[in-house]
Amino acid sequence: MRHMTLLLAATLTAGLAAGSAQARDYSEIRLGIDLPYEPFMYRQPDGELTGFEIELGEAVCDYLEATCVWVEQDWDGIIPGLLARNYDGIMSSMAITEERAQRVLFSEPYYTTPSAWFSLQGREVDISDRDSLEGLVVGVQRATLQDNYVSELYGDLVEIRRYTSGDDVLNDLRAERLDLTFLDAPVAESRMDLEAEDSRFQRVSDFINQPEHIFGQGVGVAFRPRDRDLAERFNEALAALKEDGTYDAIMERYFNYDIKL
Amino acid sequence: MEILAWFHELLDGNLIFTPQTLGYYWDGLVVTVQLVFVSLLIGLVLAVPLAIGRSSGRRWISLPIYAYTYVFRGTPLLIQLYIIYYGVVFFDGIQETFLWPLLREAFYPALIAFTLNTAAYTTEIFRGAIKATPKGEIEAARAYGMSQALMMRRIILPSAFRRALPAYGNEVIFMLHASAIASVVTLMDLTGAARFVYARFYAPFEAFIFVAVIYLCLTFTILFFFRYLEKRLLAHLRPQS
Repeated sequence: MRHMTLLLAATLTAGLAAGSAQARDYSEIRLGIDLPYEPFMYRQPDGELTGFEIELGEAVCDYLEATCVWVEQDWDGIIPGLLARNYDGIMSSMAITEERAQRVLFSEPYYTTPSAWFSLQGREVDISDRDSLEGLVVGVQRATLQDNYVSELYGDLVEIRRYTSGDDVLNDLRAERLDLTFLDAPVAESRMDLEAEDSRFQRVSDFINQPEHIFGQGVGVAFRPRDRDLAERFNEALAALKEDGTYDAIMERYFNYDIKL
Repeated sequence: MEILAWFHELLDGNLIFTPQTLGYYWDGLVVTVQLVFVSLLIGLVLAVPLAIGRSSGRRWISLPIYAYTYVFRGTPLLIQLYIIYYGVVFFDGIQETFLWPLLREAFYPALIAFTLNTAAYTTEIFRGAIKATPKGEIEAARAYGMSQALMMRRIILPSAFRRALPAYGNEVIFMLHASAIASVVTLMDLTGAARFVYARFYAPFEAFIFVAVIYLCLTFTILFFFRYLEKRLLAHLRPQS
């Protein structure tokens, strides 16, 4: 009987020790993403996850000797999902803005891309002529920087339709329900196949990445504010990957221009 | 003036419920009420002849109506909405037809889906009420020499409407709640406004509890209206004291 008690106590202590070690141990890092967001994150035809951020994330996890687990989550619930502990970080092209920084802790920025206006092929639009835009229907993805930009600068001029996913925006642009859309430029160019001769879409403005209070200082990984040590590990890993050429190698696979920060 | 000052004081320092976001909720309330009210009204008008046809003894009349109610009651409203909103654009040349000015907006596809859905349910509610007409009343009407149409108008429909009232009141409330899915096709109804506020401020509790309270108020208004109607129209069924 005494042996039993001892054994029990020993098992319990071991169990508790393992438990407390696990809480600080990041051998498995769960990262929230909103799919698809080509070329940053999307599924190949066989279902395999890929994209610039997926590869970069995997490289960070390798550096930290951890496993990345990718958790899918719709964009408009992605910060609440982080705070509800559904995952440990958001690595989903989230731009660093003041509003978001009040809720989450950001890593150092790891890339930056501009946004631009797009329309159906053959349509004549002059974005710089504000009066000509009056009454047009503009589609954006809900709660993105692009949504904020259009709402703030064109909100009283155009009719804004907000969608849950970027795919729905393109569907309705194709269906001629929308006159214009304002999207992240690399994502739009890759989804719209702009290089192809028979593409149905066209870019109708220059690249836009100002003003800073809307577009922020680039894209960062978001963590819960109390997970300061995890954010620091990510910063360290990202800095090392930018230094040793891993970052550049991944970037060159997806872009023919520089997005490094 | 005093109310305005009180209102501003109430909102002072509140980051989420500013006059602007309350404006979104108000616009959302208007859209929800319009959508639900208009679809219920058209649905009701459609359902009366459909219910009469559905209780007809002639199978070539009743069977197609049965097929319609079966399909619309057998599939989720969300799927019907997706098919009508995103599905129609896959018909080539739909943009050139006279329907496009309507289908282009988000409101009308939602209105069509909701109307067809509620008409199907209301048809079945009325059919049940028509079938439950006491045999004696029909025999009495025949004995008076009433034609089929006159009997339908004077005897069957008035009593069937009364019998259908409690079930129809539930259908109205279900429709109000079902309208919450309209925001998936970009319509800024009450739920759409709540989703916007939620996404803008990352504040799920505030955004959704506020909208839930508005839905509750709407539901109670409908409930009281139907209770009043039942009291008036079903007075003959209450026990005499």
